[in-house]
Amino acid sequence: MSTARQPYTGVVLTTPVTIAYERYSIHSAHRWLGKALWALLQQTGLAKSAIDGLCASSFTLGADSAVALVQHLNLSPRWLDHIPMGGASGVVALRRAARAVQAGDADIVACIAGDTNHVDSFRHTVSGFSRFAQDASYPYGAGGPNASFALLTDYYMRHYGATREDFGKLCVAQRDNALRNPLALMKKPLTLEQYLAARPITSPIHLFDCVMPCAGAEGFLVMSEERARALQLPFVRIRATIERHNAFPEDAIQWRGGWAMDKDALWQQAGCAPADMDFMEAYDDYPVINLLQIEDLGLCAKGQAAQFVRDNDFTLTGSLPFNTSGGQLSVGQAGAAGGYLGLVQALRQLTGSAGATQVPDARLGLVSGFGMINYDRGLCSGAAVLERGAA
Amino acid sequence: MSDPLPPPKKKNPVARTPAPTLPPAQRSRTALGLTRAAALGRFEMQVCSSCQSVQYPPREVCGHCLHDGLHWQTVPNGGQLIASTTLHHSNDLYFKERLPWRVGMVRMDAGPSVVAHIHADCPELGAVRLALLADRSGQAVLHALPLKDTPHMFDAPTLRAGSCNPAQRRILVSDGKNAVGQAIAQVLLSAGAQRVLLGDPEPWNRDPAFEQLRQHPQVQVLALDCTSADSVQQLAANSGGQIEIVIHNPSHIRDGGLLYAKGILPLHEALQSHAIGLARLAQALGPALAARAGDGSHGACAWVNLLSIHALAPLPQRAAWSAAQAAAHALSISLRAELAPAGVRVLNLYCSPIDEPWEQTTPAPKLAPSAVAKALVQALITGQEDSYLGDIAEDIRARQQDNAKALERELAQQR
Repeated sequence: MSTARQPYTGVVLTTPVTIAYERYSIHSAHRWLGKALWALLQQTGLAKSAIDGLCASSFTLGADSAVALVQHLNLSPRWLDHIPMGGASGVVALRRAARAVQAGDADIVACIAGDTNHVDSFRHTVSGFSRFAQDASYPYGAGGPNASFALLTDYYMRHYGATREDFGKLCVAQRDNALRNPLALMKKPLTLEQYLAARPITSPIHLFDCVMPCAGAEGFLVMSEERARALQLPFVRIRATIERHNAFPEDAIQWRGGWAMDKDALWQQAGCAPADMDFMEAYDDYPVINLLQIEDLGLCAKGQAAQFVRDNDFTLTGSLPFNTSGGQLSVGQAGAAGGYLGLVQALRQLTGSAGATQVPDARLGLVSGFGMINYDRGLCSGAAVLERGAA
Repeated sequence: MSDPLPPPKKKNPVARTPAPTLPPAQRSRTALGLTRAAALGRFEMQVCSSCQSVQYPPREVCGHCLHDGLHWQTVPNGGQLIASTTLHHSNDLYFKERLPWRVGMVRMDAGPSVVAHIHADCPELGAVRLALLADRSGQAVLHALPLKDTPHMFDAPTLRAGSCNPAQRRILVSDGKNAVGQAIAQVLLSAGAQRVLLGDPEPWNRDPAFEQLRQHPQVQVLALDCTSADSVQQLAANSGGQIEIVIHNPSHIRDGGLLYAKGILPLHEALQSHAIGLARLAQALGPALAARAGDGSHGACAWVNLLSIHALAPLPQRAAWSAAQAAAHALSISLRAELAPAGVRVLNLYCSPIDEPWEQTTPAPKLAPSAVAKALVQALITGQEDSYLGDIAEDIRARQQDNAKALERELAQQR
């Protein structure tokens, strides 16, 4: 029996920032991360010296880690973390930072994630992604994540009867949401017919199932509720979180994510149910992962996500507003910032700052992350239930 | 069933010859255990000596019990294809040039799930067998194959790209007149070679079987003496751009030790025949092979050296010959390293004594020339880098791995 987990009493999330994405950038990741930190200071009026904790995620810092970054940005934090967990980075960062603030190890933690995208960066990122990928997946057609997710998608479709129309419905809804988000790189409407007619990339994955790699950065602050009130910053409370790595290694192929191990713990700590969620921000590098999150986080029974998709409307005014910024599929995937995108958008929803993408009266939201196809499956999963705080 | 490869199209003389590309070659040192197995035509993975779990991808400690005693050994190669995808896009130039490309996930009966190239004759899902074969970069990759061989299966794109199939290719046999050379020519012709160029080191020596071979429409005989710089130069000038596979099979065996030999003449002759001949041929033909390695599906692809097992384990009573064999072997390793960037594979065959006149006094078992020829073509088709042919070669290799010093003593006493 595990020790009962402590609640996140007294600690809050504030100040969602996004540095507008660009398809390609000639600048390095340090600039994108630096801009995110600058934006956090601009929005709060805090001095750089007030940031005494830093948590960073990036794939394209080269030889640099968060340590090098503190010198590059000339910060002197008393708490520092580097989270190389890709799509799970946002949720994991908030967990780490929240506990640091609760324990008094830091007063204000800046959580930032960002990456650059040179014309040839993506090939370098995927060819040297990990030892297992280098030895056992990249030499097989060098398809990168497209190929890995194609295999999972192929298996899922055959096993659970999900169809391209189901994936398409989610993609079309997300594009609809993105059309209201000025930061989204995708500006054109998408119809189900266009989705279905797209060219194959790595069957059964077609063009609109793939995210567009780009440059960009995201960030937020973690601090005590008392401090957020003193700074007059709208804030968000953490009801519950989970994190898991390399879940179910015995599965022959990934047909479930780590959420399936931890969802009961999540909802128990949150003290609410999936049906109470006003919106969901899922990690959507490929549509099949959306379906895994929907079922493995308990919004429906295992294997029923396709039916759940058929039964729901995922637009901003629908039965379950889903990836309300447009998600990575429509906004773009700025490397590790992709792991923050949903969380930062959730903070906007719960601080009433989501602009044209605002879900009316959003009070509770579910955020989920997924990352790191080290060889054949995504290893990191995380989720958080968040709640609107006072201004 | 795969379609047989059509004959190569006539080359457009004004079109640029494409430069060769290679699949990703970077591997961890541990993963080169797969490459070692593939080089020997084996199917091996790491097995934990404590809990017997089969490991994949290659690991440093057991993924089950964390024991560090992982040993490479043959494991069952059966499995179930549980998911697959056809790539229409790749991040790597080599694969971009070869799209569409099918890969899949195979759950091995031995335990692990593996990503593998999927042969076109595999079922959509279901039972397959796996093979470890070197790809064009020389590194081992897993191929899922149909349970039973199918006609023309090595002509399927996934295998053709990694194999050095002699079908529809033009092949030089440097000594086409000796017994092994003639046997190789016969097997190459049956394997569908487009043209077999037979070097004739002794045009003055009439051989009825060779004369009959000469009549074959796909055979071309060329005077070629690898101990003569002029002769090799002439070959390169006339035919250097029309050879996709070179087979170097010098035959020069002389008994005799070191102390009581007549000066260094025997050594000089042996080196000329085995080592300097290889160097000459390599310098004359190697660059052209490398330049034409990317020339479509029929590009230059391989260099084969017929060596004795004594290239690796010298026989004292054949001092000069052993030294020349060892020198030729060392040069073959340089040749392999230098042709690798072009994707031209160097295959070495380490032979037992062959049943031919100069081995008259060597006791049985001896290797029939036809057996050498068949093994050679098989090595080309599968791209197997190192082949040990015959019982003696296997025996000497096993004794060397067991105790190299004991083998040295044993060979010194061998009569």
